[in-house]
Amino acid sequence: MSDTIFKVSGMSYSYPGGLSGLYDMDFRIGRGENIVFLGVNGSGKSTLLKLLDGLYFPKQGTIEAFGEPLTEKRLQDESFAFAFRRRVGFLFQDPDSQLFLPTVWQEVAFSPLQMGLAREEVEERAASALAVLGIEKLKDRVPYQLSEGEKKKVALASLLALDPEVWLLDEPTANLDPRTQDWVIEFILSLKEKGKTLIVAIHELEVAKVIADQAYILGEDHRLAAAGKPQEILQDEELLLRANLMHRRRHLHTDPVRTHRHPHRDPGHA
Amino acid sequence: MSRKNFVSKTLAGLTEAIKQAVFAERYARLPGLLQGLDPRGKIITFLALLIATAITRHLAVMALIYLLTVILAAASRIPMLFFMKRVWLFIPLFTGAIALPAIFNVVTPGQPLITLITFSAPFSWGPLHFPATIAITQQGVHGAAIFILRVATSVSLSVLLVLTTQWSRLLQALTALRFPKVAILIFGMTYRYIFLFIKVAEEMFLARTSRTVGPTDTREQQNWLSSRLGFLLTRSYNLSNDVYLAMLSRGWTGNARFLDDFRFTWQDTVWVVFTITFLGTIFFLGGMQ
Ligand SMILES: Nc1ncnc2c1ncn2[C@@H]1O[C@H](COP(=O)(O)OP(=O)(O)OP(=O)(O)O)[C@@H](O)[C@H]1O
Ligand SMILES: [Mg+2]
Repeated sequence: MSDTIFKVSGMSYSYPGGLSGLYDMDFRIGRGENIVFLGVNGSGKSTLLKLLDGLYFPKQGTIEAFGEPLTEKRLQDESFAFAFRRRVGFLFQDPDSQLFLPTVWQEVAFSPLQMGLAREEVEERAASALAVLGIEKLKDRVPYQLSEGEKKKVALASLLALDPEVWLLDEPTANLDPRTQDWVIEFILSLKEKGKTLIVAIHELEVAKVIADQAYILGEDHRLAAAGKPQEILQDEELLLRANLMHRRRHLHTDPVRTHRHPHRDPGHA
Repeated sequence: MSRKNFVSKTLAGLTEAIKQAVFAERYARLPGLLQGLDPRGKIITFLALLIATAITRHLAVMALIYLLTVILAAASRIPMLFFMKRVWLFIPLFTGAIALPAIFNVVTPGQPLITLITFSAPFSWGPLHFPATIAITQQGVHGAAIFILRVATSVSLSVLLVLTTQWSRLLQALTALRFPKVAILIFGMTYRYIFLFIKVAEEMFLARTSRTVGPTDTREQQNWLSSRLGFLLTRSYNLSNDVYLAMLSRGWTGNARFLDDFRFTWQDTVWVVFTITFLGTIFFLGGMQ
């Protein structure tokens, strides 16, 4: 088997009746790579992850996953679908769409159960996932009553219980307070150490620098604007300005006080 | 409660009540009679009761089944006022409009109960033929009562089943009973959709409350409400689409597998035997004709 996880060739996607979508995507993601997709709101990051997760299907071009074409037809085959879902986990941008069971415990146990694991193993995995995320005390809570950060942790725990090879993370650090954000970054780095393949959609440049080996920039025209090592790409101010990921006025302060706390976090120094 | 905030307060109160009851599974977790029963047996027996309610033409039979739901609700620790209000506040609203014309002799001819107007002669107006006297008829009232009671009883049965059973257990039981996957999937999605709808509605109200300074009048509130309704529908639709995708992504195929096993105990046997005897007796006494 090859070391290619995803191979995307000439892929385009558009929403029914709409223009917005993705155009002419070409890239390859290898095993153990850590990729970020950077782009402003509406550039198509979530759409791209859904395509990679076999939830949407290309209008043109192809996606191959683990050396096999990823098509609607293939996924209708239950054993193929199971094998694929077992290997690929997806953290949705809005944890509310991901969490649907009455208790946190059931939520975390859900995926391993669907994969047909034995009961003891399911319980063991769920318990250890809760422990890793430090949310054992939320076990019997109702997910919808949790805070955003807690929900995100529950969603991550439910992925951890499945322990997939490939993690698709849609804005894992959005809407979190700085401390929880750092915590999530640490968690992502621990996945990286375990050799997982990470594919992360994000719009915070600082976070991208810390987690990625390879960065792709999605332009506002829904095409890939650039690809490369994050250190290089994220230095290229012209490119970032074009993709609207950076503002000219960003560092103009009208504040008369000359020394002040810098509002932009740099997790690299955390 | 100030009259001016009436619309949003009523709606906010309603969403809170639904959330507490259905999504927090507040009543499903209480140690009551129905909560302790095996959901498989519960689904089958409630289906039988629903079918009986749908086919009987006797007011007394429906009243009896309705009485049974009230007793069951009490034995399952569901606050009586809450239970009755859920059913009786909404039923007349939806069914009343259909049932009301039927009580008049214009629609249902028969024995006059109350005479309302007397004309000099019968006449026709469009497709309707009006007799010389307009009256409420006995047959009409009886028909309307049957209709309303039938709906109320069916709704009570469904509400009772949903309130006393955890959602995941219901799905699991439907799977165990070999209901079609598609039906289970749709059922699961409906639940999630209502959930999201409520969440979005709630956020909308909160956002409005935080933006509104000082009192607003009812007319303005109504305008606001209708303009936001479209937004509410689109947004909860988009979210629910994501919910479906998330279920797929996590390996859901409509074959729900959950952690707990079912246990069919002697209480379940008693309950099933009771329902069979109850419906059997009604049947032999001619209550299903
Ligand atoms: N269900 C849908 N139907 C139609 N158009 C959609 C749908 N979902 C997204 N879009 C459109 O597709 C484009 C890409 O959306 P997408 O959610 O992938 O962007 P994104 O990069 O994830 O944005 P964000 O940073 O806000 O999450 C947008 O223009 C959006 O309006
Ligand atoms: Mg997105």
